[in-house]
Amino acid sequence: MSVDLNIKIGGEAGQGLQTISSVLSKTLLRGGYNVFESQYFLSRIRGGHNYSQIRVSNEEILSKKESVDILIALDRSSIDQHVDELSGGVILIDKNEIDIEDEISSIFHVPFSDIANDVSGNKLYTNTVATGAVLGLLCYDFEYLAEVLTDYFRSKGDEVVQKNIDAAKAGYDYSQENYSQKCYFSLQSIDNTSNKILITGNEAIGLGAIAAGLKFLSAYPMSPSTGALIYVAQKADQYNIIVEQAEDEIAALNMAIGASFAGARSMVTTSGGGFSLMAEALGLAGITETPVVIYIGQRPGPATGLPTMTEQGDLEFVIHASQGEFPRCVLAPATAEDAFYLTARAFNIADKYQIPVFILADQYLVDSSFTSKIFETSRISRDRYILSADEIESMDEYKRYRITDSGISPRAIPGVAKKLVIADSDEHNEIGHIDQTSENRIIMNDKRLRKTEGLKNEIYPPRIYGSERADLTFIGWGSTYGPLKESVDILNKSGFNVNLIHFNEVYPLPAKTIQKIFSDVEKCVCVENNATGQFARVLKIETGVEISDTILKYDGLPFTTDYIINQVHERKMI
Amino acid sequence: MTTVKDYSNDVENEWCPGCGNFGILKAIKKALSDLDKMPHEVLMCSGIGQAGKLPHYLKCNIFNGLHGRAIPVATAAKIANHNLTVIAVGGDGDMYGEGGNHFVHNIRRNPDITMIAHDNQIYGLTKGQASPTSDIGMKTKLQPHGVVNSPFNPLSVAISLGCSFVSRGFAGDVDHLSKIIGQAIDHKGFSLVDILQPCVTFNKLNTFKWYRERVYKLEETDHDPYNQTRAFEKALEWGEKIPTGIFYRTDENNSTFKDMRGLTPTPLAYLDEDIDISTLVKEFT
Repeated sequence: MSVDLNIKIGGEAGQGLQTISSVLSKTLLRGGYNVFESQYFLSRIRGGHNYSQIRVSNEEILSKKESVDILIALDRSSIDQHVDELSGGVILIDKNEIDIEDEISSIFHVPFSDIANDVSGNKLYTNTVATGAVLGLLCYDFEYLAEVLTDYFRSKGDEVVQKNIDAAKAGYDYSQENYSQKCYFSLQSIDNTSNKILITGNEAIGLGAIAAGLKFLSAYPMSPSTGALIYVAQKADQYNIIVEQAEDEIAALNMAIGASFAGARSMVTTSGGGFSLMAEALGLAGITETPVVIYIGQRPGPATGLPTMTEQGDLEFVIHASQGEFPRCVLAPATAEDAFYLTARAFNIADKYQIPVFILADQYLVDSSFTSKIFETSRISRDRYILSADEIESMDEYKRYRITDSGISPRAIPGVAKKLVIADSDEHNEIGHIDQTSENRIIMNDKRLRKTEGLKNEIYPPRIYGSERADLTFIGWGSTYGPLKESVDILNKSGFNVNLIHFNEVYPLPAKTIQKIFSDVEKCVCVENNATGQFARVLKIETGVEISDTILKYDGLPFTTDYIINQVHERKMI
Repeated sequence: MTTVKDYSNDVENEWCPGCGNFGILKAIKKALSDLDKMPHEVLMCSGIGQAGKLPHYLKCNIFNGLHGRAIPVATAAKIANHNLTVIAVGGDGDMYGEGGNHFVHNIRRNPDITMIAHDNQIYGLTKGQASPTSDIGMKTKLQPHGVVNSPFNPLSVAISLGCSFVSRGFAGDVDHLSKIIGQAIDHKGFSLVDILQPCVTFNKLNTFKWYRERVYKLEETDHDPYNQTRAFEKALEWGEKIPTGIFYRTDENNSTFKDMRGLTPTPLAYLDEDIDISTLVKEFT
């Protein structure tokens, strides 16, 4: 039987939504389900209205859904704002805590805080009661919840673990005993031996960097990228990584470049605003040919914009940032799994071409939890392209910027051998010393730009999902993959013929390969989380492929399948 | 034994004849060879300006980066490879103006690097505007009514932040300067060498003669460089008498970045261990 349930937890910042959401998601994952967990929150520490959404299915799911089956309302706003989203589902609330005068038939009252007090002696366990109550409503195997609570609270001691389990069980039993139609929805565990993980985009990026041999990370915290920074910081000691909080983003990227020049794989994490401060240092990486990985979690700008929301608004900025012309590479992960492998790949591309490489993600991707197949380290290689001491010593002379056909000069790091390594932000000669002559300028600029040709051959073609020839082709990049893929499935099931061309390596683009792919495309629409269709423009400039139609969204919220399909029908695209 | 000659190269020098920079270059070469450092063991990081060109005029590894950003590059390079002797060099505009934030925060970070500031109290390469350290009243084309902002005092700032080695040299006294630089490089922790450097083209106020009439050596007085309060008082002295030498140092209880953060004995840059993330992946099941 096919399951597609959507659970929403709403409340104020500081009420512990995240704990309920994480515990519920993990519990459902352990029972063999695919879970997609997404967050909506405001830029504040307390108060306001925030929510978390957990979508559960036995099928692969990579996006959020609009209609809600179970709403856990921890505040009044949760009902006011989300009651219309319910499709005949249940609202779980504690009427002792929230004033509800109007009779809403779907409300199921559970005295969360009284139960918490009675069973565990403290209101602090209210959220755990609520978690248990949801699973009781679903007649889900309680043992999974007990196991997850044990893992979650282990560091706080056995007593806290037991009190949480007791509170959860009491909530579970309350639903079982008091909900009028026992088991609102019967959710049986399906396959508890599968190798699945539940991971956010931020964690996947951090993990990918660790797997790639990251040794130095400098950053100034900025939403929504901070999760990756913190993830690496927590694991840094185990993997001999130095994570340094920089005084500003200017220092952050200059530091990463310094560490990389000296031989350590280096990275910065930031968002568009922080990256604005890094623009000059980006050019420094370009002209000194120092590899560095720049992770940008996009949020709506300009300036402060909407700090906790999502957008794909920085693509053209990232492609064009900094004065002058130099090669760079932009990777835009589609899912958390993709983010893991692409991050590792970013380090190899950076080292091979001695260029800055971007991981361009967005708040939706990096704050959402994706169910993925377990990550395989065996698929990750570490290719450093650094000369050994013997290789350097066997050269008559070492020239950091030796002119080569590929534009790539053999890279030495300082101190390894007696030959000196000289890098310069001024235009320089092959050795690395300042050279202001026009002849040299042309030779050096050509050398750097030649690297783009090799780089273009390195770029993977876009993924094509659905039939080869379709009446309508969606074009997307980065985090829109999930909702677009699902839109293709739903439309095709309804008898239409649509497909998807999705890019996760977005710059530079191999023109011929892409032109060939597009020669089979009848009618297409570019779907982007921005206001002006930036990728469509980049595609036209880089490959000549012109996309005349767009579905754009720039309200700070991600695409949903419902939104895309509505647009397709409303605008009579098929 | 390394000699000064081992540090000489034939790169064309772009400084003005008679510039104070020549004395600084000489002092650095002498200090490095006196310490018996080999050129490949040294990394000089610089910013932009005439002072930022200095690394090109001696043999060593070089990262000539952005204006104001020599210190972050130097700090991180030292973190990545603590076997390198790392020196950040730049002018007063570079280090105290554009790079002021990095100056302040890297004293707090305390990496084992040396910062050398060519402090000529004027902007040279942009053709004679006031710098953060220009004296009040100095007239330039950009400050036709004279400088009104009070000068930035790098020594008192560094001492107040507890910088573990704070010194001032004079480009006109190469022997003395090279001894200061040598001690600064030898010092474990962030060491500052601020250098009085006459600009023969644009600064008609703070000339070689002007300095010679004023400078004196702290080591020839009863100054105790381990006393932070006395060091701070000395740092405020400017005018008729200008102190040079080591103002302040702490050698005891001076934890460097490497000590505080527990860097591996093998530099990060050389680590090539197997990386097993399977336990990390399991945490997500």
